[in-house]
Amino acid sequence: MTNHTATSTASVQSATEDNNTLRVKINGRLDAYTTGGAWNESVNALSKTKPANLIVDAGGVEYCDASGIALFIKLQLQQEKQGGGFKVEGLSPELEKLYDLFDPEQFAEHDDEKAPKDDTIVAIGKESFNFWQELRVHIEFTGKLTVGLVKAFLHPWKIRWQEVFMTSEKFGANSLFIIALVNFLVGLVIAFQSAIPMQTYGAEIFVADLVVIAYFKELGPLMTAFVVNGRSGSAFAAELGTMKVNEELDALETMGLDPVPFLVIPKVIAALFMLPLLTVFGNLFGLLGALVVMFSLGFTFETFLNQITTAATYGLLLSGLFKTLFFALIIAGVGCLAGMRATKGPSAVGDAATKAVVIGIVLMILVDGIFGVIYYILGI
Amino acid sequence: MSETQENITNQEKIINVTDFTAAYGETIVIDNITFDVYKGEKFIILGGSGCGKSTLLKHMIGLYRPAKGRILIEGQNIGAAYGQGRIEILKSIGVSYQSGALFGSMTVIENVMLPLKEYTDLSKETMDLVARMKLNLVGLSGSEDKMPAELSGGMIKRAALARAMALDPDILFLDEPSAGLDPITSAELDQLINQLSKSLGVTFVIVTHELNSIYNIADRVIMLDKSTKGIIAEGRPEYLRDNSTIPIVQKFFLRKTDDQLGDGGERSKAMPGRE
Repeated sequence: MTNHTATSTASVQSATEDNNTLRVKINGRLDAYTTGGAWNESVNALSKTKPANLIVDAGGVEYCDASGIALFIKLQLQQEKQGGGFKVEGLSPELEKLYDLFDPEQFAEHDDEKAPKDDTIVAIGKESFNFWQELRVHIEFTGKLTVGLVKAFLHPWKIRWQEVFMTSEKFGANSLFIIALVNFLVGLVIAFQSAIPMQTYGAEIFVADLVVIAYFKELGPLMTAFVVNGRSGSAFAAELGTMKVNEELDALETMGLDPVPFLVIPKVIAALFMLPLLTVFGNLFGLLGALVVMFSLGFTFETFLNQITTAATYGLLLSGLFKTLFFALIIAGVGCLAGMRATKGPSAVGDAATKAVVIGIVLMILVDGIFGVIYYILGI
Repeated sequence: MSETQENITNQEKIINVTDFTAAYGETIVIDNITFDVYKGEKFIILGGSGCGKSTLLKHMIGLYRPAKGRILIEGQNIGAAYGQGRIEILKSIGVSYQSGALFGSMTVIENVMLPLKEYTDLSKETMDLVARMKLNLVGLSGSEDKMPAELSGGMIKRAALARAMALDPDILFLDEPSAGLDPITSAELDQLINQLSKSLGVTFVIVTHELNSIYNIADRVIMLDKSTKGIIAEGRPEYLRDNSTIPIVQKFFLRKTDDQLGDGGERSKAMPGRE
């Protein structure tokens, strides 16, 4: 039996010499580009015939690099696994030197080297332990944050106000445009989408009521917080993550300075001041979006103003703004914690920023839901 | 015990590490080591990559707590200290990190002034003067108002050293001070460390594997070994280079491979003992 397959520059001929011996003759170049074809052909031939002895005839090999040697090692290991003998013949002295550099035994896969799979109970135990470790870190951080905030309000002169103002500028002033744009568009879309069914009943004037209630209570705080979370929460995580990677957090610790009061508290205070203000700004632009739709429906500014002042109350506005304090805590706290827990490696900072945004959004929706229930019970 | 060590045992111990074990989870990195650092000496922790040098340093500066044993800094157990007690220990040490770890949002002088701001009642002018003096000491006069990003590698290390010295600590820990520096800058930094040691009497604990720096600086070294997870040699570097019979120590100090030592690698597998 003789098979012959040619690749672009390497060819393999396999022939059974007697019942027990398979001779695989390789000709041409064996490099990273040509070994693939020769590899499949020779390994398949070996798997099919399962000979007692395998002889690789490398007399026709013109050139061979580590990829070619890898093929010889693969054939040897497979043959040894099948319990057969193995021999390479015809290697030039130069290739012999290259072949001797690698000990096939070091590349053998030993079954006993594979890590034993944990049984279910051990796996559950490990997962539970990891979960509690994670929970512990979050509880510890929340505790430190609370203590830090209480201390900051008891001793306001100790707060790093310069850092607070700088963060406020980045967190607040610099995000005004994007908050205005997003809220304007959302207000416009909500008003437009609700105007279509309401027109059917001749109730389009109530679009203003709908938008102002929805905006003051839910959309304004949520949309603003989402935008700020994507912009500043990720920035906090990236900033602290970079500091972690550069050992700056370690340097702070060895100076006896706790990173939470030193780095996190100024950011949290800035967020607590800025997010309610940004939300008021966002509410305004949401209503402007609705106003555009109202104009297109033929209503005047006075009519729009009358409708929203009748529908909206201070309680409604404040109920929305109160939630933003918690959103601010989540944005700054989660962002900073994700950064402080950044690991090493090129993707560490990116991972921290992603984690900050995702966890931040999920927690904010959760908190918003809780507030929804509380406000319902309180009749707000 | 080496000759050098016998000569200095009558000196005052400033750091005492006893039966110390470091572990990450269940993986033990350093297993049950004991050594002392004496006041005013330049003590070097060396060893191959992955042997636990930086891990040991991070435990000595209180970033990690020992899995077993204790580390006393001027008689205080840093691994068991919390709150104000820990801060007091940390005030007596200064640390310069491998990357410099200068705060990127602050100027060089603000970096040096930070510990002074946090722990002293000095006026702003006094703090400014003290910080300028420290920067002058490390040869960085004129770079006070630069941002860390504007500094070269050597200047970052010097600025980090100035910040570490801000509170005039008794012990300075330096992690790989010459890593990534060219030979001239590296030699200048070695010279600076020797000058500071001589003029200020500070104790230096330095992690490095730069042979030239070791010969230039060290009063005494300990060498950690990855396979035994312990201290494989202790003494003056020249003494270890000339007298050690432990293959891994010879290979390190003579920069030779197993083959160059002429033992085909077998000697390195021999049971190593402590010099």
